[in-house]
Amino acid sequence: MRIPPPGLTTGVAGAPTVESVTVIVTESLSKRYPRVTALDRLSVDIAPGVTGLVGANGAGKSTLIKILLGLAPATEGTAHVLGLDVTKDGGTIRERVGYMPEHDCLPPDVSATEFVVHMARMSGLPPTAARERTADTLRHVGLYEERYRPIGGYSTGMKQRVKLAQALVHDPQLVFLDEPTNGLDPVGRDEMLGLIRRVHTDFGISVLVTSHLLGELERTCDHVVVIDGGKLLRSSSTDEFTKATASLAVEVTDTDAHPDGTEALRAALAAAGAVVSAGGPGTEGFASPGHVLFVEAAGEQIYDVVRDTVAGLGLGLVRMEQRRHQIAEVFRDADARTGAQAEGSGTAGQDAGRPAPVGGGNGA
Amino acid sequence: MSTETTPGGAYIHNIGYRHYDGPRLGRAYARRSLFSQSLRGAYGLGRSAKSKVLPMLLFGVMCLPAGIMVAVTVFTKAGNLPIGYTRYAIYLQAVIGLYLASQAPQSVSRDLRFKTVPLYFSRPIERADYVMAKFASMAGALFILTAAPLVILYAGALLAKLDFLDQTKGFGQGLVSSALLSLLFAGIGLVVSALTPRRGFGVAAVIAVLTIPYGAVSAVQGIASFRGSEAAVGWLGLFSPITLIDGVQSTFLGGSSSFPNGQTPSTAAGVVYAVVSLLVIAGCYALLMRRYRKAGL
Repeated sequence: MRIPPPGLTTGVAGAPTVESVTVIVTESLSKRYPRVTALDRLSVDIAPGVTGLVGANGAGKSTLIKILLGLAPATEGTAHVLGLDVTKDGGTIRERVGYMPEHDCLPPDVSATEFVVHMARMSGLPPTAARERTADTLRHVGLYEERYRPIGGYSTGMKQRVKLAQALVHDPQLVFLDEPTNGLDPVGRDEMLGLIRRVHTDFGISVLVTSHLLGELERTCDHVVVIDGGKLLRSSSTDEFTKATASLAVEVTDTDAHPDGTEALRAALAAAGAVVSAGGPGTEGFASPGHVLFVEAAGEQIYDVVRDTVAGLGLGLVRMEQRRHQIAEVFRDADARTGAQAEGSGTAGQDAGRPAPVGGGNGA
Repeated sequence: MSTETTPGGAYIHNIGYRHYDGPRLGRAYARRSLFSQSLRGAYGLGRSAKSKVLPMLLFGVMCLPAGIMVAVTVFTKAGNLPIGYTRYAIYLQAVIGLYLASQAPQSVSRDLRFKTVPLYFSRPIERADYVMAKFASMAGALFILTAAPLVILYAGALLAKLDFLDQTKGFGQGLVSSALLSLLFAGIGLVVSALTPRRGFGVAAVIAVLTIPYGAVSAVQGIASFRGSEAAVGWLGLFSPITLIDGVQSTFLGGSSSFPNGQTPSTAAGVVYAVVSLLVIAGCYALLMRRYRKAGL
């Protein structure tokens, strides 16, 4: 990967932002603890916008954020945030970035307003400005009258909003959001993802958001970085991801005329010119892969082709849905590529065995 | 940036997101803010009404005897205050201990328990700033607690027309003694309560650390005095926080000690007392710094 010096422009294809200055650059960044390697020669550059950082638990996401905030020294390599060196200008970086931790971090006995005002002052805002910014920020994240009540009585969704507010209250140029959708129900999750999108589009603040659900991030992010075992697996724009892996899952019933409906449909679809596979990438998440067909979604007309073919065969269409991507899929793709590239390097075989179980629990 | 007009003619302005262009006052300001927030918090200010009760009550209990002594001195026209400035805190050590036990865990265990510490360290302040602000605010709160009754005594003494120079000197010595006590107790209280995120444990541990050594030292001193080993009595005081302060104030600050027979440690012992006090304060600071090395993020 090309590593530009901080401040220089990087032409990220398709990035919708006007100013294309990198906000984060790391160069062969490594972090080794006595018994584990948390980051292994990670080189990545991240442009303004919403960037997703995906990886399983223990992949090195939190370690990376810690280093980028200047709170932990890297074992080797360099990292720049907003053009500032993390080892020398940690204080300045922390003044300009916001951080929302993964875990609970709110004292229950104070109100959201009091807490966020205090945190604003901790970021260096004068008292009056701290109060004004707190009122503004809490309104933007969707907390109204309840902000005067003690946080202890809040729902998980409201607590997440307070956590987001304390990260945004000092109007940072960049925020790190560590698993912001953790513990939220589907509605809360959608709202939080919408809010994260707005942080960039409406507030003009770049976002680095971590998650272990790729499907969640592809709706929010301009760019996705996948790391595993501290190594960079993939860094590409969300469009590329969707383009490369879009597929339809189709499940049909069996009829008397076609005792094996799935097989009949496969033959018919193949005859109609569609690319079909029985067990697509990442199938282990499905209950009965044998009865699901994966049809490559080349364009809009594929939906009609599937519908007409199923109707023509007289089968019952149980479901037809766009496949949500799972981490395992990306891992598998990436492994195939690194395996091909780094043939004989000795590490490929070890990597190939790893990611398979990761995706299992992450059904999107 | 839209403006809607309601039928009543009122305006609803949606001004969208506004960026902040004002000053960012940085690390020193953040440290001061944390100090003042913690100091206010130590008296329940800016917290719930319930949490104001205990610190305010203890503050009252601390000042009440001073008020009574002043009243007695003024009305009986005694030529002296019934108790020296430097000994006041020693007499009321139980109140100070209770206050420390209730407020030190509040100051540090809360941040640990609710994992608020990473939010501080993701901002401009560093570990040393956090520890210094917490240490200074706890010491400040204790100083207010121990110096306020001295102010009452001093004002009363002047009202009773006691000798001005004498009283001012005593008052000054009292302030020095209570400053030393505040630093020492704040350090011990914070170190003990920073060990546990559980507030209840913190309260119990602080009380234990203050009272058990005092009880043990007093008992052994009593036995030593009874057996006639007066020299040992002077040195034994080194082993509990309050007798440490007692030793310093009785040697250098013109007070009389609460040791058996009112014995005052020798000057050499007094120097050791002062050195040990300062070492304990420095040690507490170092331990706190060590404690927070792991607690960040």
